[in-house]
Formats: sequence, C-alpha cells, structure tokens
Amino acid sequence: MSAPTIWIIVPMLIAVLLLAVSSPRVLSLVGGSIAVVLALLAEFIPIEQALTIGAFSIKIDSSLSILGRVLLLRPEEGSLLAMIYGAAALWFFGTEAARTKARLVPLGLIITALMVASIAVEPFLFAALFIEMAILLSIPLLTSLYKAPSRGVIRFLIYQTLAMPFILLSGWLLEGVEASPGDLALAAQSASMLGLGFAFLLAIFPLYNWIPMLMEEVSPFTVGFLLWILPTSTLIFGTGFLDQYSWLRSSPQLKIALQSAGTLMLVTGGLWAAFQRHIGRIMAYGAIAETGFALLALSLDARLGIPILFILIPARALGLAVWSLALTVIKENAESMRFSSVRGILRTLPFASVGVILASFSTAGFPLLAGFPARLALWDGLARVSIGSALWMGLGLIGLLISSFRMLAVFSMADEYTGWEVREDWIQGIMLGLAMIGLMILGLFPQFVQYLLPNLPAMFERLGQ
Amino acid sequence: MSLSWIIILLVAITSVGLLMARDWRWLIILLSAQYVTVFILTLQNWPLGMASVKVVTGWMGATILGMTRSGLPDEADDGEIKLPQGRLFHLFAAGIVASIVAAVTPRVDTMMADAGSMVTAGSLLLIGMGLLHLALTDQVLRVALGLMTLLSGFEVLYSAVESSVLVAALLAVINLGLALVGAYLLLASNAKETDAS
Repeated sequence: MSAPTIWIIVPMLIAVLLLAVSSPRVLSLVGGSIAVVLALLAEFIPIEQALTIGAFSIKIDSSLSILGRVLLLRPEEGSLLAMIYGAAALWFFGTEAARTKARLVPLGLIITALMVASIAVEPFLFAALFIEMAILLSIPLLTSLYKAPSRGVIRFLIYQTLAMPFILLSGWLLEGVEASPGDLALAAQSASMLGLGFAFLLAIFPLYNWIPMLMEEVSPFTVGFLLWILPTSTLIFGTGFLDQYSWLRSSPQLKIALQSAGTLMLVTGGLWAAFQRHIGRIMAYGAIAETGFALLALSLDARLGIPILFILIPARALGLAVWSLALTVIKENAESMRFSSVRGILRTLPFASVGVILASFSTAGFPLLAGFPARLALWDGLARVSIGSALWMGLGLIGLLISSFRMLAVFSMADEYTGWEVREDWIQGIMLGLAMIGLMILGLFPQFVQYLLPNLPAMFERLGQ
Repeated sequence: MSLSWIIILLVAITSVGLLMARDWRWLIILLSAQYVTVFILTLQNWPLGMASVKVVTGWMGATILGMTRSGLPDEADDGEIKLPQGRLFHLFAAGIVASIVAAVTPRVDTMMADAGSMVTAGSLLLIGMGLLHLALTDQVLRVALGLMTLLSGFEVLYSAVESSVLVAALLAVINLGLALVGAYLLLASNAKETDAS
C-alpha cells in the first residue's frame, strides 16, 4: 500500500460511493468520520517505516507511479495531511448543522483528495492541472440545476481557469532560467507568468471580486470550505516553487512583490470589511486578508516565515469553519445578511452571533483567540524587516477589528423589552459551541499547534533548513 | 509555407466566427471545426495518436454542449448581460487581437523553444480570441466556448514543450470537465424556463 493510494485514491473512491447516498445525516457522519480516520492515520502512521503489529509488518510506500509520473507523499508531509483532512472533517460534520447541500461531503472529499494530489505530484508544476479539476468540481457545489448561476460563480470559473495556463507555462520557462541563470529577460518573463498565475489562483488584488460576490449569492458554508481548501493548497504549491528554484528563492524583487501583494490584500481586505454593511461580504474580506497574512509570511526569511505560514493554517481553518457555519445559520433564519436584517439577532441566534463575532475577532488577531499567536509572530517578524509594512499591517488589522465591533454592535442592538428566544437547534448549538471552544483553546494554548509543526518545514528541502 | 497560412486562416475563420455567430448551431459547428485546426497544429509536435486526443476530446465537448443546448428553448440565451454586440465591433476587436498576435508571434516563438511560427501564431490567435470572448459576454454557453478556445490555444503552445502522456490525459479530462460544467451551468441558467414548461 502506498501513501498516495491511502490519502488520494481511496478518498476519491469512497466519495464516488457516497454520491449514491442521499441522507444528509449519514453523509455527514460517514464523510466526517472518514476524514478524521485519514487525519489520524496521517498523523500517527509513519510513511516509509515498517510498522509491526504482532506477526504482521506493514510499510507504507511514499510514491505511486501513474502514466510515467509520480505521486509522492513524503514522511514529513504527514502532519500537513492530518491538518488538511482534519479541517475537511470540520466541514463534513458541519453539513448536517448547516443544512447545506449534502453533496458537499462527496464532492468535498474528491476536492480535498485532488488538492492533496496537487501537493504530491512530481514534477510539482503539474499541480495546476489537479487544482483546475478541483475548481471544475466546485461548480456543482456553488450552484444548483434549479437556480441560474450567479455572476460570482462565472467569474470564479473564469479567473481560476485562467491561472492554469500561466502556471504550466511559467513552470517550463523556469526550467530554462535554471539552465541559463544569466538570461535576465527570460527570468523576468517567467516570473511575470508565475506571478499572474498565482494572482488568479490566490485571488490577489484586484482579482478577488468574485469572493464577496459568492458570499452574497451562495451558501456561506460551501464558500467557506472552498476559501479554506483552495488557497491553503495553492500556498503550499507556491512555496514549492520557491523551494525548487534557487534564483527565485534568493530574488530580492520576489520578497518585495510578496510583501507588497500581502500588504495590499490585508489593507484592502481590512478597510473594505470595515465599511461593509453585509455580514457575508465581511467574511469574504476577512478571507482575503487571511491570504494577505500568508503572503506576508512568505515574504519573510524562510526560517521564520515558513513556520508562521504553517501556524496560520489551523487558525484559518477553524476560523473560517466557525464563521461560515454561523453565517449559514443566520442566513437561514434572517431575511438577508444585511445589517438592517440582522439587527438584534444576538437574542434569537446567540450561538451563531457569537460564532461570527469570535471568528472575525480571531481573523483580526484579537488576543486569546486562535489567530492571535500567528499574527503576533508575523507582525514582529515584519517589523524587523520593514516598519512601513508593519504599520500597514496594523492598519489592515484595525479595519478588521472595526468590522468585528460593528457586527457586535448590530447583533446586540435589539429593541427594548425583546426577550431571549434561542432558535438554533441542538446540533447547531453543539457544533458552534465546540468550534468556538476550539478557537479559544488555540488562542490560549498555542503550543497545542506546535505539536503538529516540527516536521512540516522539512517538506521544503531548501526553505525548511 | 502555403499550408501554414491555410491553417492560420482556418484558425482565424473558426475563432472569429465563434465571436460573430449568433445561432448556437453555428457556434457548435465552428467549435468542432476549431478542434480540427487544433489537431493539425498539435500534430506538428506530437505523434498522431496523442494529437488525435485533442480532436476527439474537443468533439466530445462540443457534442455535450450541443446536446444540452438543443434541449433548451431557442430564446434561452436572451436576457443576460451583453456588452457591445454589433458584428462590426466584434470584427474590429478581433482585428486588434490579430494585430497584437502578429506583432508578438516572433518573440513568443523564440521564447517557446522555436515551436514554429505556425504553431505559435495559431495558438496565440486562439488564446487572444478566447480572452476576447470572455471579455465580451456573460452568457454561459459563450463563457464555456471562450474558455475552451483559450485552453485549446494554450494546449497547442504547450504541446511544443511538453509531451507527457499524463499531461495529455489530464488536459483531456479538464476539457471534458469544462464542457460538462458549461452544460451544467447552461441547464441551471434556464431553470426557470424548464420549470415553466
């Protein structure tokens, strides 16, 4: 048995079988359990090491050959797989509470497996093809046969598809640059192609207009899943590019570009969020700012930036899961997600309201919440490199905090003498409650995440040293 | 040399035709013809067996879109946002794209390991027309056609530098996936009409 078979092919096969199941509860339980099992296997069963159980000895090979190419999951990637499948389990278990489309589980499992394949494929630049397949599979999640597709869905499809040609071509050009490093024109061309490809894929300013559109038009829970899995895998894939090519890694221009893009994402995300009057769009700008944090982490020295990048991942996953589930519950119970419609809902939807507030505070780096440790480390690292960028980051964080306080004010602004009337059901209450406790545990005990981290930077042979 | 020009001319006719045609039947016919030109261009760098994957996949995609569209009412595409739609305007825009392609072809050809000016010009023309298509419309069928045209152009260019079987297979899957997504969105965008009938 090989690692790619266990974490890529088996989940896909199970997902295909799950397509035949119609009960949302069964799908949620089975899909979530499978994701948890895969996460536990990834964390505790070592790859490429013989494991003896009584008279039996099992060894999981790291590679699988397909059509002359290789899918390779290294032993150091175990914790990353655990994080990916662990976070996917959050969404799969949440489908029952969110009362969202049941097909999120089978399609989500295939999308997760494809994103793992994008991390595993060698040569790594073929990852763009797997990412594109995941994008195409996302479309049935975002729209139904009985509703006209929104403009956000069409833009999502176009922008994400445009990324693939750029990345594949830049990969080929980068090989040429590696062979003749003196060719500055070729280096500039390949870097531009690569930049454009990742700008489309990561929805870098100004190519992120589909995110707020989707948050307005589609189930926030589904969009939250995509806003977690797609950028996370893309960032790992992009870091692989940096690791592979020494001239790119050592280029001072690239650091500046990453810093500028990250700052722009964070500042625009934060400021736009501060002025929104739609709680779905605020989450969209929060997710945009999250990508900004990750880009800023990549712009730092690799010894500091790569661990920060990995600390950001669990906080982002949990934050988006809570935020999207809470928004879905609110959307189900309120007329719309505009401020005017959600005024005073703290008294009728207390779990969902607190969930939105805590998740947005966590994204803004509020102390004692999951996002705080990573943002503090990032801010400190950034201030050592550039005070200007650190100040801009502060501005972005202030914008996000303002949006959180505005939502808090709107949610608690109930009419006088309005009584408490909890409308969430027990599943929603338990799911949101547990996830909020998780947000606080990650903030209060950040060393809990450290358990997953030690081996992760080693997955990048050069950057991780 | 003359054959090269004929192929480029065919690429231009099919891609500009896709931009100008209003009837969905013509769109599907032109898309199918376009995949024949893609096959000929790919054949310059790939063996016959692998190059034929492009035309077979393309025709399958065109069939999927055509069969889906044939089941919908004729006015199904109306009512969506359309930017300037005069034929003259489209022709003018296509002319600008063609001029840009003519200007950049030699440079891109050098960059792409001397893929051949016919291959480079043909692929850039497809990419340019695909982008123009995407820029001019929000209609689902046309968005699918625009993306398929753009990807065919890229595939022709990429075939000059990459001949992996896995890549060919994955690109074929993506092309079919795009056609299926296009068909899905086409059905969804006409949900009201279907319900009403």
